[in-house]
Amino acid sequence: MLLEQNHITKEGEFVINMGPQHPATHGVLHLKVWLDGETIKKVEPHLGYIHRSIEKMCERLSYRQFIFTTSRMDYLSAHINNQACALVVEKALQLEVPPRAKAIRIIMAELTRLASHQLWWACMGLDLGAVTPFFYAFREREAINEIWEETCGARLTQNYIVPGGVMMDTHPNFRKRVKDVMKQIKDKAHEYEELLTGNVIFQERLKGVGYLSREDAISYGCTGPTARASGINSDIRKLFPYDGYEQIKFDEVLNSGGDCWARYLVRIEEMKQSVSIIEQLIDIIPEGDFQVKTKNVIKLPKGDFYQRVETARGELGVYIVSDGAASPYRCKFRSPNLSNLSAIPKIAEGAKIGDLVAIMATVDLVIPDIDR
Amino acid sequence: MEERSVKMDIKKREEKGGLSFPGQLQETPDGGFLVTKLDEAINWARSNSLWPLIFGTSCCAIEMMSAAGAKYDWSRFGFEVARASPRQADLLIVSGTIVMKMAPVLKRLYDQMPDPKYVIAMGACTISGGPFFYNSYSVVKGVDHIIPVDVYIPGCPPRPEALLHAMITMQEKIKHEAYFRKTK
Repeated sequence: MLLEQNHITKEGEFVINMGPQHPATHGVLHLKVWLDGETIKKVEPHLGYIHRSIEKMCERLSYRQFIFTTSRMDYLSAHINNQACALVVEKALQLEVPPRAKAIRIIMAELTRLASHQLWWACMGLDLGAVTPFFYAFREREAINEIWEETCGARLTQNYIVPGGVMMDTHPNFRKRVKDVMKQIKDKAHEYEELLTGNVIFQERLKGVGYLSREDAISYGCTGPTARASGINSDIRKLFPYDGYEQIKFDEVLNSGGDCWARYLVRIEEMKQSVSIIEQLIDIIPEGDFQVKTKNVIKLPKGDFYQRVETARGELGVYIVSDGAASPYRCKFRSPNLSNLSAIPKIAEGAKIGDLVAIMATVDLVIPDIDR
Repeated sequence: MEERSVKMDIKKREEKGGLSFPGQLQETPDGGFLVTKLDEAINWARSNSLWPLIFGTSCCAIEMMSAAGAKYDWSRFGFEVARASPRQADLLIVSGTIVMKMAPVLKRLYDQMPDPKYVIAMGACTISGGPFFYNSYSVVKGVDHIIPVDVYIPGCPPRPEALLHAMITMQEKIKHEAYFRKTK
């Protein structure tokens, strides 16, 4: 069966390999593409080029340590990955996290979402042939990085969230810095609109390209902005609120377009929502403890526990089976990128080879999260 | 005739207020002659035109992108000509974990690069496996098992400044290479 598929059956048909070393695959994804002229007949993703056995490693690490390996999974949503792991441990121990820690966690998670979407915007420009957006987006991203650096000492893999709260209190400058950055992002938003959103050439590359219907998005298990651009309510922050998202006013960004342009607009709008969430919270961070006291060696009760969060790319689920020991018996991550990737063969079918880059860019995959 | 060292030469030239071109400079009575060692002229040119290959497998690639951004701006030092093809590059920055399945691909990319070629191992994963050293069955424990490495950068991930420092170190290393003159 497999061998038969590898054969070229028709004249004018040929097979090309995109990746594993390709600048537009954002990592080491290998796409095998069957072409008829310029039209894509079939796409087959090959995985495993960055499989680091994180799930297996988690079985040997304690409940404090296993959080840190997840920073390296979806490194653009490192905070939110850590949050998911901390939440599942807290759920099992039935810990009540102090309100201050919750507020800090949400602010950090939304900053992560902003930074991630900015990087996506930069790479999207690069993939489609515009270099300037890269420099504009990294200006704001560096400003957010500085906040992280001041708060927890790291720029990318923060490891700031621990079971029971956050690792340390915020820096005295935190409030002022966050406000400055939010002001900067709002002031510069028009530049983003002018550079790409209002650019006719850019619109032509995206409009009507890579259509994903609502039914397909559901059947492939798409989540996050990819699903919301096909008109599916999939925001975990709204559906299964965690860490006090239920008290915050924000809109779930939906678009029924289903094409690349809709996915682009959803992410741009999500950035504005994140700014609004941070602005709601930054002035009312409650005083008090930033961490609840936990035992030195955390042992989870017997049973299985599941917690889902909304990362910048969709629903991340952490499933832990515990046998009462100090480390998980089995740890499984439900990665948003793997489900979104599985929709790519469907989206790309019938598209032109040049549009595959646009499709990959708007689905916004992080490969180490797929392979783990 | 005693052989004069390059350093002495440069010093003399600087005292005269002349050009700071590496190697020997001998002014002829009618002026306009430039004599240098072939090695030094070549190394000078090579070290200042490093073309890195974009090879990011995971987290470190984001910090590499930050180094290319406006704040850290590696084009100040002449590294900005990042290429997507190994055939046009002479510096391989391995930024990210290399796993067993990726190892043959990395070797192939290295082989495809034209000589002279240099390698920077960026991040803990490429030095020793880093956070994935223990209990991991699929990670290559250090990229130097596969290809020769010139400069290592520790960190998980290293800061962009560390990458800049490594690339400047790489330039220093190239400047002291001997291609035509055999070292005894």
